[in-house]
Amino acid sequence: MPKLKINDTEIEVAQGTSILQAAEMLGYEIPRFCYHDKLSVPANCRMCLVEVKGAPKPVASCAMAAGENMEVFTGTEMVHKARKGVMEFLLINHPLDCPICDQGGECDLQDQAVGYGYDRSRYYESKRAVKDKELGPLVKTVMTRCIQCTRCVRFADEIAGTPDLGLLNRGEDAEIGTLVEKMIGSELSGNLVDVCPVGALTNKPYAFKARSWELRKTETIDVHDAVGSNIRVDARGGEVMRVLPRLHEEINEEWTNDRSRYAIDGLKKGRLDTPYVRNAKTGKLEKASWEKALETIAVKIAQTDKNKIAALAGDLCDVESVVALKDILDNLGTPHRDCRIDGAHFDASTRSGYIFNTGIANIEQADCILLVGTNPRVEATLVNARIRKTWLEKRLPVGLIGEPADLTYKHTYIGVGPDSLQALASGQHSFAEKIKNAKNPVMIVGMGVFQRADGLALHAQLHDFAEKMGFVKDGWNGFNILHTEAGRVGALDVGFTPATNGMDFAHIVEGTENGKVDVLFLLNADFARALGDNAFVIYQGHHGDSSAAHADVILPGAAYTEKEATYVNMEGRAQIAKRAVYAPGEAREDWKILRALSTALGKPLPYDDLGTLRQRIAKEFPHIASPDVRVVAPWKQFGQAGAVKMEPFHNAVRNFYKTNVITKASAVMTACVEKFLSKNDERKAA
Amino acid sequence: MKKPFDMYAPYQPESFAFRDTGKVQEILGRYPVGKQQSGIMPLLDLAQRQVGEDGAKASPVYGGWIPRAAMDEIANICNVPPIKVYEVATFYSMYNLAPVGKYLIQACTTTPCWLCGSADVVKTCEKELGIHMGETTKDGLFTLVEVECLGACVNAPMVQINDDYYEDLNVERMKSVLNDLSAGKQPTVGSQTGRKCSMALSGATTLKAKSA
Repeated sequence: MPKLKINDTEIEVAQGTSILQAAEMLGYEIPRFCYHDKLSVPANCRMCLVEVKGAPKPVASCAMAAGENMEVFTGTEMVHKARKGVMEFLLINHPLDCPICDQGGECDLQDQAVGYGYDRSRYYESKRAVKDKELGPLVKTVMTRCIQCTRCVRFADEIAGTPDLGLLNRGEDAEIGTLVEKMIGSELSGNLVDVCPVGALTNKPYAFKARSWELRKTETIDVHDAVGSNIRVDARGGEVMRVLPRLHEEINEEWTNDRSRYAIDGLKKGRLDTPYVRNAKTGKLEKASWEKALETIAVKIAQTDKNKIAALAGDLCDVESVVALKDILDNLGTPHRDCRIDGAHFDASTRSGYIFNTGIANIEQADCILLVGTNPRVEATLVNARIRKTWLEKRLPVGLIGEPADLTYKHTYIGVGPDSLQALASGQHSFAEKIKNAKNPVMIVGMGVFQRADGLALHAQLHDFAEKMGFVKDGWNGFNILHTEAGRVGALDVGFTPATNGMDFAHIVEGTENGKVDVLFLLNADFARALGDNAFVIYQGHHGDSSAAHADVILPGAAYTEKEATYVNMEGRAQIAKRAVYAPGEAREDWKILRALSTALGKPLPYDDLGTLRQRIAKEFPHIASPDVRVVAPWKQFGQAGAVKMEPFHNAVRNFYKTNVITKASAVMTACVEKFLSKNDERKAA
Repeated sequence: MKKPFDMYAPYQPESFAFRDTGKVQEILGRYPVGKQQSGIMPLLDLAQRQVGEDGAKASPVYGGWIPRAAMDEIANICNVPPIKVYEVATFYSMYNLAPVGKYLIQACTTTPCWLCGSADVVKTCEKELGIHMGETTKDGLFTLVEVECLGACVNAPMVQINDDYYEDLNVERMKSVLNDLSAGKQPTVGSQTGRKCSMALSGATTLKAKSA
């Protein structure tokens, strides 16, 4: 534990801490370009120079480890002069195009040039120009602005696991590139924009749209997968301009995936902004007032046998609206409801059976990982990034059962289906040894495993497998379900699953055909399965997607950027999303619509504002009441014993860029599909 | 300056395989297990020499260079992403990423050589070969490039042709070296005035006595 003095303040730091980190602990700011907390240290920008007593030259503080009795000065004349020199070199070839640069206003180089730049140039020669690189529809390049910090190279190499970028040539010709023409096929490529300290890599869809100081910043939660990444939504007026990740060490660190960052243009397209009611005569949907829409529903429900009313909650539902819908159904007295609209069969009665028990951050404690029927790179990119981080650190064994995939780290491919689980359980496969010898083994089960008829039996089998192989033991729960949808865990937590004698998703959909369901309420539920013509369908949601087309009444709801709402991520962590903009037109926050509907139905729900609704939720489901706490669940029996078919597992998500209604409406995501997924790629068919 | 890399150039071969696999194994064996990345540089050199050997027999002849396929093959052998090999190959000026003549003349034009008349030496090359800096003769024998200091300033001016230095040049001596090479003869390597290593121009000044 070296003790050193920085600007005459003494500090003791852990072995291996750099001077820069030590100085930061004391609150001394050291300028830097190439150094980044989460990346390796190349020390090539030289901006972080400090003076160390006894050293003949200024020292790059990011790469120099703090030593015993070191005396460091961060603000002396010599330091300032050295940094000014570095800045002058960096600016020799940097264009003076800040007024037309998208990084302007949030540019490290711009900021630091104010502190360390000369007010005029001594350089009369021509500046160099570098050819721009084509990195696809997400990242725009202006390579002349590049200062060769290599953060993007290290990010692609270390975090994303797609080592395609490099620093090519030397001296004045040095440039970042791929040499051969190559797309950066990463689901995390948007983060290249964030790590770039200058305007060389910028957000392409956002290019020339807004300036950073015009934007209203709202800290909220992402819903494009079940990770619950913390994001910041930047809006101007009523328009969401861009999405940036926000630091949360236990979930997304400081990254986010391309879907949450770039699908936002889908929020402006195909929106439902007014209620619709189907005209009984013409058979066409017609614009209607809220009163008319709600009254139509009330009249229909009054005429219907209560046992023939069913409801489905979809993938983007927030907890508040699901609870409100559940209360309405309970008041009506119908048990038919489900939130597993992908047709997954698993036991929702035991919480530890459907959440990510280990916790995303605790993946780093794992020493052996088994993936079952999942490609986390596509289904939960940041979980995959966490696995990769752990793999880079300790090269732990990773096994994969299911569809073969490029996971960005080395793994042992075990097999395609349930027979591989048996091979492991019986010790036939050599990977079983690695699991048994591991102290903290982790198993991650994809949603695809349950999207088949024998899902319940598999669930039970996986329970026994986890116990037998030592995934679950005292003080360690390594059994994890990898959800793909943001609303799922929350809906499961509040029990939006068939009540006693209730029908599940498949039966409800069949019921619309065979007359067992007369009224179907779809809360943000979009799925490919066709519905029977005889059922009266009510669709509440924000996009007019496939299911809305079947609807007899459409109630326009709010998207995740337009409402105050709670989402529970796959770890069982409740997080609160904030409203960044207002919903378009007549659209309203979802729980308010349901509250209004309950009045029309004659039994008003006992809450008039969000506060009372949340109190109601907290009373029955206390674990959702405390935001940002990962509530662990006790390990219990789950699943249902039964026969398991030896069919291969299929992944729940194939097309990373097209998952929910927002991404389906997004032109940027469509461009990504065209660019990144090859022509005959089966992933294109979502 | 070496020619830039062009991935779509017609001269890029489809594939590349090392002939001397024993040598490849010997190179990889020099480094500890898991550190095979260190073999990139000697392997690039081996690839360039192999292409050079092929080129000497071809018609028209050409010199050693490294095709993209060779870089990919090396990445494969060393178990690293191709970009790691590209970075190294583009950084060093001695790896040619585009075909060169059988004799690659690297003329030093840095200050000491220039003071001693390197401009004349370069002009001689251009006139004799009928090419400019950075160009290759039609018969594929010579490529002329300009380089920075090669560290033989005491014997300036100098050029490097493939692996050998030719020093103490002037117009006449440069001509004679080029003529010899064109005729398929091997000119004397090193100083063209008969000076030994970098001894003084006036002859040896020390260590004259024979050692006992």
